[in-house]
Amino acid sequence: MDALVLDSVALGYGKQQIVHDLSFALAPGEIGCLLGGSGCGKTTVLRAIAGFEPLRSGRIALNGHWVAEERWQLAPERRQIGMVFQDYALFPHLSVAANVGFGLREWTRADKAHRIEEMLALVGLADAGPRYPHELSGGQQQRVALARALAPGPTLLLMDEPFSNLDVELRERLSIDVHDILKATGTTGLLVTHNQQEAFAMADRVGVMLSGTLQQWASPYALYHEPATRHVATFVGDGVFLPARVHGQNCIDFELGQLCRIQPVDVPDGADVDVLIRPDDIQHDDASPIRAKVLERVFRGAAFLYTLELASGDRVLSLVPSHHDHQIGEMIGIRLEIDHLVAFQKALT
Amino acid sequence: MHLTVSDSNPGNFWNWRGWGPLRALAIAALTLLPLLVVLASFFEPQPEIWAHLTEYVLPGVLWNTGILILGVGAGVLLLGVPLAWLTAVCDFPGRRFFAWSLMLPLAMPAYVLAFVQVGLLDFTGPVQTLLRTWFGSSAWFPPIRSTGGVVLVLTLAFYPYVYLLARNAFITQGLRAVEAAQALGFTRGQAFWKVALPMARPWIAGGMTLALMETLADFGSVSIFSFDTFTTAIYKAWFSLFNLPAASQLASLLVLFVLVLAVIDQHLRHNRRYAAKNFSPARIVLQGGARWGAVVFCGVVLAMAFVVPFIQLLIWARTVWQEDFDARYPAFLLHSILLGGVAAAVVTVLGLLLSAIRQHHKDWMTQFIVRLATLGYAIPGTVLAVGVFIPVAWLDNYLVGAAQWAGWDVSQILKGSLLVMLLALSARFLAVAFQPVDAAMQRITRNQGNAARSLGLSPRQVLLRLQLPMVRGGLLTAALIVFVDVMKEMPITLMTRPFGWDTLAVRVFEMTSEGMWDRAALPSLAIVLAGLLPVILLVRKSESGLH
Repeated sequence: MDALVLDSVALGYGKQQIVHDLSFALAPGEIGCLLGGSGCGKTTVLRAIAGFEPLRSGRIALNGHWVAEERWQLAPERRQIGMVFQDYALFPHLSVAANVGFGLREWTRADKAHRIEEMLALVGLADAGPRYPHELSGGQQQRVALARALAPGPTLLLMDEPFSNLDVELRERLSIDVHDILKATGTTGLLVTHNQQEAFAMADRVGVMLSGTLQQWASPYALYHEPATRHVATFVGDGVFLPARVHGQNCIDFELGQLCRIQPVDVPDGADVDVLIRPDDIQHDDASPIRAKVLERVFRGAAFLYTLELASGDRVLSLVPSHHDHQIGEMIGIRLEIDHLVAFQKALT
Repeated sequence: MHLTVSDSNPGNFWNWRGWGPLRALAIAALTLLPLLVVLASFFEPQPEIWAHLTEYVLPGVLWNTGILILGVGAGVLLLGVPLAWLTAVCDFPGRRFFAWSLMLPLAMPAYVLAFVQVGLLDFTGPVQTLLRTWFGSSAWFPPIRSTGGVVLVLTLAFYPYVYLLARNAFITQGLRAVEAAQALGFTRGQAFWKVALPMARPWIAGGMTLALMETLADFGSVSIFSFDTFTTAIYKAWFSLFNLPAASQLASLLVLFVLVLAVIDQHLRHNRRYAAKNFSPARIVLQGGARWGAVVFCGVVLAMAFVVPFIQLLIWARTVWQEDFDARYPAFLLHSILLGGVAAAVVTVLGLLLSAIRQHHKDWMTQFIVRLATLGYAIPGTVLAVGVFIPVAWLDNYLVGAAQWAGWDVSQILKGSLLVMLLALSARFLAVAFQPVDAAMQRITRNQGNAARSLGLSPRQVLLRLQLPMVRGGLLTAALIVFVDVMKEMPITLMTRPFGWDTLAVRVFEMTSEGMWDRAALPSLAIVLAGLLPVILLVRKSESGLH
């Protein structure tokens, strides 16, 4: 039985529909992520799961119980969902310990104290109990919010941009920590973010959202290498599209040569397509007969990201180990090295 | 997958949108009913009353009110804006002291300032007496009992509203604006006139609107000066001529004036947005003459508006201490404290309810009704007294009829009870309590409420366990301010009190109306000391928030 099921969910405010026909499921213990730019409706989905937004249509189930349908919804306090808010929403008038214990109302005093201690130790703030939220750093507040949400032992933990107010280093470390905590406690998690590094670091399953629709629900690896739509292809990772023509059952011809794959390309013979070329698909090779001109270069420490111009004038990106230090305007040899062929039929104009 | 039984959503009742306007209306009725009663009499003019009013009362009253609006309006600008600029942006000796002490006049009701100034500056007062001993009996002094005198006293009493708001504006954006303008090639003087002053306009205008509302509402000071305005005319019509319809006709006219101001004020509130704070660039250090000019200006205003009157009160109180204190003084004090305490409790609870309603119901109808409910601060006490008394008297007729039918021999039940006074006071000061409570409530974010919900609290529990503890500070502030405002309040208490139920303010009115300034000093001193409490709060807040 799935821990969370969304079945054709539609959401909106007033006349405006914000989320359309959204469906996905999370198995118990799995961590999911909704990835998308601002305004794509991802936070609204999270709030609907928590019970703060009514459904236009569709339904939501938690552990096999329907909790929201059109015109009916279980009150948020009865869903046993933990939520970590973007602004943490800690209670400023309560100590850290009281914040963490806020949801443990029916517990005996001793159990409660023990649980608070346990939770604070889990998030690495064992000594912070008597302090107040405003005395803590952003990262510490984030941990308190996490401890507070986890304390009642929710079956599902929702996280709304949990790391967006933190600096980059802290963000990376905390996302790994939170991942490990969720896995250790066996909690199902759903996170919302616009940051794909965060999504990839934490989630088993990632859903890419665009203007209120779910474009693809898949593992991070599949999203990167087998994007289902053009939007997913461009949103996740770097890359460019090059024009190509389908040749036979499973080959395509384009400027950089012919590519043949075992899996068939899902378009008719002779059709025009766009092929996704990732920076890691273009290898630098001085011996290669294909030459390209360096237009731009971005130094990334271990590698250069070069923008190259092909003979046709099309541009590709190439990730090259940084000891290959080429200047702008130089012609360099490149070679195609593709494991996953991703092609979309050209839009008919 | 099996379906859980759809037990009724416990949030349903509270969340049902349709309840919002009705709930808000239940509280707003407190303000709206008296207002509508008074306005209704405007639409039902009685020709013979109007004939009398237009011939004998209105010309003088309208002329005087016009003079007051122009005079006090100009006066508070001329004092408030320069004082705010000097203490907010400039540096001169004593600047830090003046910054807070210039708010002190807020502790002194206008009527206290009025009788002290009259006592001080009148022909028989110490100042003129001293001048005559120096320069002989021909020494001329401008008469204090004059239009100019009223304008001067009200200006001194109400300039702090402009000072406070303008200072806020100058601190949050003044210096930065001046520096930006200077970087674009303006001189400092040009920058003040072209940038800082126009930017602060919504604040300055807001302060002036508040000062004018207080001016229109003022009853105590104008009656000390025997300067006829709407408020004194309403009082006379009711208590000297026993003509309640005439009083309500006058009240309806005054309400029209006041509503114009209230609309302007609400509009201005929208235009006030605070810029980021925690930014303190170097102040403009005044040099030479300007430096000492600033000290003298601040010093003279402070002395005239607070220090000298306060000292004079102490001197008078000392001379009459013995005979006044053992007389009825403890009863006045007790009545004032009792009335203030009960009103503070009632009004604070109403303010909390109103704020909670506003938080739960976001529809425009509810928001609009909440704004109407808080309109009472703009309505003069004399008007509210009339507006509450008329429906209560009407209701009383029925109750008395019913009681007599049941065999009880009573002539009045609600009339002349504390209830009338409490209703009118609550209507007047609801906004005073609502604002600090609502400000505290607003600081509770939507996500904090949501977090509590997802941790298992029902909306009612959220109110008890999250919102109430978090607004505790706001509630205390609200209760304190209402308590003190009720103590200072004069016209409502005077016009609606049960017979013999005198408070400090009533005592002040009675003594001053007989010209016994020294006998009014002791009760006034108690009022001023109580009035200092909220001013201390205000000073603390502005010091911590804006430095």
